[in-house]
Amino acid sequence: MRKLTLLSATALVALGGGLAEAQTPKKGGTLNFAVVAEPPTIDCHAVTTFAFAHPARPHYSTLLKWQGNANTGQKIVGDLATSWEVAKDGLSYTFKLHPNVKFHDGSPMTSNDVKVSYERIINPPEGVLSVRRALFQSIKEIETPDANTVVFKMKSPNASQLINFASPWNCIYSAAKLKDDPKFPEKTILGTGAYTFVENVKGSHWIGKRFDGYFLKDRPYLDGYKAYFVKSNAVVTGMIGGQFDGEFRGRTPKERDQLVSGMKENALVTEGPWVTNLLFTFNVAKKPFDDVRVRRALSMAIDRHGGSKALSQISMLKYVGGLLRPGYELARTEAELEAFPGFGKDINKAREEAKRLLKEAGVPNLKLKLVNRNVAEPYTPGGIFLIDQWRRIGVEAEHSQLETKLYFDAMRSGNFDVFLEFISDFADDPSSQFDKFLTKEKSSRSASGHTDKEMDRLFDLQAAALTMEERKKHVRAFEDRALSEVYSVPLLWWQRIIVRHKKIKDWEHHNNHFTASDLVNVWLDQ
Amino acid sequence: MLGYIVRRLLMVIPTLIGVAVAVFFLIRVMPGDPVVVKLRADGAAVTEETIQAERKRLGLDKPLMVQFTDYMIGLTRLDLGKSLWTGESVAGEIAIRFPVTLQVAIMATLIAVFIAVPLGTLCAVYRDTWIDNVIRVLAVSGLAIPGFWLGMLIILGLLYFFNWLPKIGYVSIFEDPVANLSALFWPALSVGYRYAAVVTRMMRSALLEVMREDYIRTARAKGVYESLVTRRHGLRNALLPVVTVVGLEFAFLIGGLVVTEQVFNLNGIGKLFVDATARGDFTLLQGLVLLIATVFVIVNLLVDLLYAALDPRIRLT
Repeated sequence: MRKLTLLSATALVALGGGLAEAQTPKKGGTLNFAVVAEPPTIDCHAVTTFAFAHPARPHYSTLLKWQGNANTGQKIVGDLATSWEVAKDGLSYTFKLHPNVKFHDGSPMTSNDVKVSYERIINPPEGVLSVRRALFQSIKEIETPDANTVVFKMKSPNASQLINFASPWNCIYSAAKLKDDPKFPEKTILGTGAYTFVENVKGSHWIGKRFDGYFLKDRPYLDGYKAYFVKSNAVVTGMIGGQFDGEFRGRTPKERDQLVSGMKENALVTEGPWVTNLLFTFNVAKKPFDDVRVRRALSMAIDRHGGSKALSQISMLKYVGGLLRPGYELARTEAELEAFPGFGKDINKAREEAKRLLKEAGVPNLKLKLVNRNVAEPYTPGGIFLIDQWRRIGVEAEHSQLETKLYFDAMRSGNFDVFLEFISDFADDPSSQFDKFLTKEKSSRSASGHTDKEMDRLFDLQAAALTMEERKKHVRAFEDRALSEVYSVPLLWWQRIIVRHKKIKDWEHHNNHFTASDLVNVWLDQ
Repeated sequence: MLGYIVRRLLMVIPTLIGVAVAVFFLIRVMPGDPVVVKLRADGAAVTEETIQAERKRLGLDKPLMVQFTDYMIGLTRLDLGKSLWTGESVAGEIAIRFPVTLQVAIMATLIAVFIAVPLGTLCAVYRDTWIDNVIRVLAVSGLAIPGFWLGMLIILGLLYFFNWLPKIGYVSIFEDPVANLSALFWPALSVGYRYAAVVTRMMRSALLEVMREDYIRTARAKGVYESLVTRRHGLRNALLPVVTVVGLEFAFLIGGLVVTEQVFNLNGIGKLFVDATARGDFTLLQGLVLLIATVFVIVNLLVDLLYAALDPRIRLT
């Protein structure tokens, strides 16, 4: 039975993940889906969570957005922008906007609304929280030559700028409303997106309905949507019981099998890589983790390739990769990675070398404390796997799984030997994914406590690169150093498994759980 | 009696002040920064500068005593403050969830009382017979089976046998009684079974003890029918400890439905408690602890009043 379930799941994966859905869209219907968390606020500029993006992004538009599929490739496309131009020196970005865009209250949206919204992100007024402020500090000024053109002038080039413009959280607000009350978006949803806001009942649901004045005349296809706020453990029974038809963050392999078994022919499974990983960080302020031989040995002891095969059957952990998501155009290939400690395929040889290094460093029977997050999936299997791998070279590890608040406190206070942490972003971007590998004074998210000015320098070089080739050169150099010095090192990258009712069409499976949530092109085959 | 009630209600004030002071400082002893959890738990690259700005916005940068003074002044105006997580008023956050938990607690209590009082009485009356044994096995099973596990079995059973699940989301009983009861009956049942088991055992032992009293023997000697002896003289007196247990269990349910609410996806106080603890939402936790303390005080008062109603010898002065 289990074999059959897995086989059917695999068959559906091929359909859902790889092939384009080339049917004529039908209009009508309400999309019911689950969201396994609740947004702390309804202000786009102040949130970082998918719990906002899934229910609330359909109300808003952004300058740019992502389109495509995690397996076949994603690209940046225009949302409010019809076209854009980046100056060769990287010092200006000019966007042409869709004409006749309206807010849900019927007022027109112009380039001034874009300018004022971005100014709110870059320099938030007193009492307003802007969490992505730092990403836009290279912007010097914003010009609006006409109602449909907006120009961002830069202080210096930023290789990630276009990616940042495609962030799902940079919602465009009404300049007039912001002028009256800069905190307006904390209280009211007013966007230009495909769906208007109906209600948000805390702890229960969020409803949106089709906006007839949406600037793409034939969209959206749905009459509306209802997002149910549920605990993760309620997703499987809720979907099998027909309460909702999808959950778009991601499920475990076990839940996938349960859903396929329960929903039978109605289940459509799509799987792909995720711009999210588990990485472990050494506290270099503590002995013996200040010794690179110890850090290398502890990375070399891990059979990532074997772990990938086993763990991907039971958890979200799957892909062997370096500092960037495997498959990303700047990421190293599996063959290229093999040269680095812990990424080779001859695990016996690697473990012998690891034992030798520990002995040479004077700690053949090392004992350490691994601090992990008290979240079952995939932190627990990840932590247990690490401890088992280290045991094979004589290292004894105490597994300390802490509640999220205590977990972050342990990281900030340096109360750990090894810290199992994570990277999770809305896009492949070296500037975001390298952040945790920097010197503490350069990045407050860096936990290891190391100082490596060379890595900081390489980071700045890649961030300011004008061409992809140039950026690749610096990214590679950064990665070489990071994987050799092993202050922090990836364990495995996650797989994103989405199970939805097959009637949900043209929902895009992206390589992250933040984008593809505007529901503009989604329709129901019913 | 009225004077007694007023005095008891006035005693609530120092009790709640003590709870408020204790909870304010105890919560802040816990390590961890709620702002870090709020902004970085999903992996976002939020800078330290932004974290400090948010701490300032929420008033967490103020000295502890200033925060405490603000909090206590707010309490005098019945203002529990704003949730650090949502920025909404704590009273508002609680008000959304309280009806759900209160209704489940009331329904579970009704289920427990309606099951436990007759069964406990039967056990006592038919002591050491097969009836007593069967009921005791059921009661011990109720104590042994965790409510959340029974809840999971109920959900799986409904799905497997009827391909049906109660509708997700809370609808007020005044809006749609059928939808409301069909959603809340199952969690009330899963909690009520354990609750009934506790009360059944208490009812049995209390009644057995009462039935050995001299006044029962006197009643029997006077030729009163056995059923009348049990009903009028036995049950009434045996209910005193039962009322205490029912009251304590009810008050416990207001904050203790944590896992059951998770299993049935109920948007209640228990779930809010867990979320507030995980997020380090100090102000919300303070409000929730105060709520539960208030419920305990009020329920204890009601139990004392019921004592007086059940036993004329007890005078509340």
